[in-house]
Amino acid sequence: MARRTGRREDQRAERTLGALAVGLLALIGVMVVIVFVNAWPSFRSNGLSWFGPGGNVDTQLRAMQESTPLPGHSIEYFRGWPLLWGTLLTTVLAVVLALIVSTLAAIFLTEFAPERVRRALEPVIRLLAGVPSVVYGLIGILALAPLINQHLISNARKQSVAYVVQLNGADLTTATLILAVMITPIMVALIAGALGSVPEPWREGSVALGVNRWRTIVRVSLRTARPAIVAATVLATARALGEAIMLSMVSGGRGFAANPLDGLTFLFEPVRPLAATIVQQSDGLTIAPLAHTIYAMAAVLLVSAALLSLAGWAAKQPLRRYGIRA
Amino acid sequence: MSETATVATAPPVAVRPPRQSTAAWPLADRVGYWLCWTTGIALCLIAVAIVVFMLVKGVAYLRPALFVEHPAASLQQSQSGGFLDPIEGTLIITAIGTLIAAPAGVALAVWISEYGRPTALARAVESAIDVIAGVPSVVLAIFGLLVFSEGFLGFLSQNAANGAVYGRSFFAAGIVMALLALPLIVGSTREALAQVPDRVREASYALGKSRASTIRWVLLPSIRPDIASGIALGMGRIIGDTAIITILLGVTLTTQGVGSTPLLGTLRGTGSTLTSYVYNNSPAGEGNAPQKAYAAAFVLLMLVLALNALVTRLTAGRRSDRASIGGRLRAIGGSLPWTR
Repeated sequence: MARRTGRREDQRAERTLGALAVGLLALIGVMVVIVFVNAWPSFRSNGLSWFGPGGNVDTQLRAMQESTPLPGHSIEYFRGWPLLWGTLLTTVLAVVLALIVSTLAAIFLTEFAPERVRRALEPVIRLLAGVPSVVYGLIGILALAPLINQHLISNARKQSVAYVVQLNGADLTTATLILAVMITPIMVALIAGALGSVPEPWREGSVALGVNRWRTIVRVSLRTARPAIVAATVLATARALGEAIMLSMVSGGRGFAANPLDGLTFLFEPVRPLAATIVQQSDGLTIAPLAHTIYAMAAVLLVSAALLSLAGWAAKQPLRRYGIRA
Repeated sequence: MSETATVATAPPVAVRPPRQSTAAWPLADRVGYWLCWTTGIALCLIAVAIVVFMLVKGVAYLRPALFVEHPAASLQQSQSGGFLDPIEGTLIITAIGTLIAAPAGVALAVWISEYGRPTALARAVESAIDVIAGVPSVVLAIFGLLVFSEGFLGFLSQNAANGAVYGRSFFAAGIVMALLALPLIVGSTREALAQVPDRVREASYALGKSRASTIRWVLLPSIRPDIASGIALGMGRIIGDTAIITILLGVTLTTQGVGSTPLLGTLRGTGSTLTSYVYNNSPAGEGNAPQKAYAAAFVLLMLVLALNALVTRLTAGRRSDRASIGGRLRAIGGSLPWTR
């Protein structure tokens, strides 16, 4: 008797929990569908040129906000290249910078750091990962941007581009540096974890052959941990891509496509990525054409995030073969 | 004195080869070695710089009165009030988010780890949780705004004069925040469940317990600290997120209730949290009162650091593989808000 009630209870529990899981799945499905349905009008009226360059993004967004179409164009007219380019620039530069720093830091943490230094570094990494993005943004806009504005951008440089864009320190350099600091702790933790779980005999074999420790690290440990490094990079890219608040604070208010042909000035030109634009334009979500454009930006971010998590999953597969958990 | 204490309780450390002189190494290798030292120390310096900077600014502008005054719109920083309402807002949002995410997260993790049938559905749910973890919070926020502006959800926010639903409220922001915390809670619960040895389950079945009661009375109590650390991580994410607040809670500085029902009215109304207060008072926002922003950011940082310390305590020495260097570093990875 008791056994039978137990089994019924079991089935009930399984069904309830299963229903919750199905509900979550449905919610995600609804989210993807809703975002794409709302984004469709913008993609339909612009076609593939949505992703191309053409005109000033801010003018186009303002035209939608004021419901006065730009002369010769429909109200949905939008060319997103400056925002896409800004996203690409900040993300790629920050990830490359963070990859170099965090690989070196992870090697230091696992191989060279004395026990006492390592104990000090662990809370440091936690701390850097825990600081909210709005605090990073505040430090960027109130401390780093004025510093760069005063010491790195000469007046001659400001005047050389004054007719196109104003340089004030809230720029590509500030955005990239702060973004790199934000994603470094994630990468250090993941890479160090993978380096630490490289089987000891593999490295001992290399050392026994007379190879010095640095070469052993590069040839054996780093090579074994390569899938984990790729996975960490992918995760950090997703984080950098979605960062909105910090970037909307430090990257300058203009949707400007920084031009690499400007030489060094390029580094001091303002950029504004997609996610930051969504935050800044969110008041306009009640205006139909602007809302469609914003949902189109969200759809681009959604697809990129999904592709990245797929890539991360694929990158981790070779690690399973070695039985390394990462 | 403390030296002997640490020696006595130190976990067994993996044996490393004794330090060799690098003098005999080729130049390139020595450069690499020193680069490692430089970056390690540079990271420490950056962290110290951030903490010292926030500490100096925070202490300079923080006054006890700020904690009990309501914010007020004023161009003068001396008259724009304190951040009582934002602190309340942060507490309310965190409470709503955690109350939803904690039971849902534990339940989902239990279903995936202990039942997980049909397998295809379990894989799909796993990737759905991955997707939530990877989606930028702005995207979640504008999705939430669309959902909560639907007519039938009007009871969660307020109706405008023309019958349209506003869609911005503590309820709306809190519920979307729950999505943000969910992957963290699911992650740490699943990882802990996977570490419970099968013999524990078998012993319970042998005593005639059903699966459901094994989960309720044996498995869940044994992983309580891990669930708690997952929840604390989730709370950290909720407290630190700004995008969802600025989009779904509106940007009114003070808590603006709807109607006369005390608690429900507040929850249906709009307000602010510490993060949106900092954002608004930064040069990027409308308030532009840097002193207030620094003070609030300092309080925010202290809150997050306290939660961080809690997670460290909860996870310290929990799992067997903590003793090895790799295990301990993986443990850091597992306890960062972004690595899942």
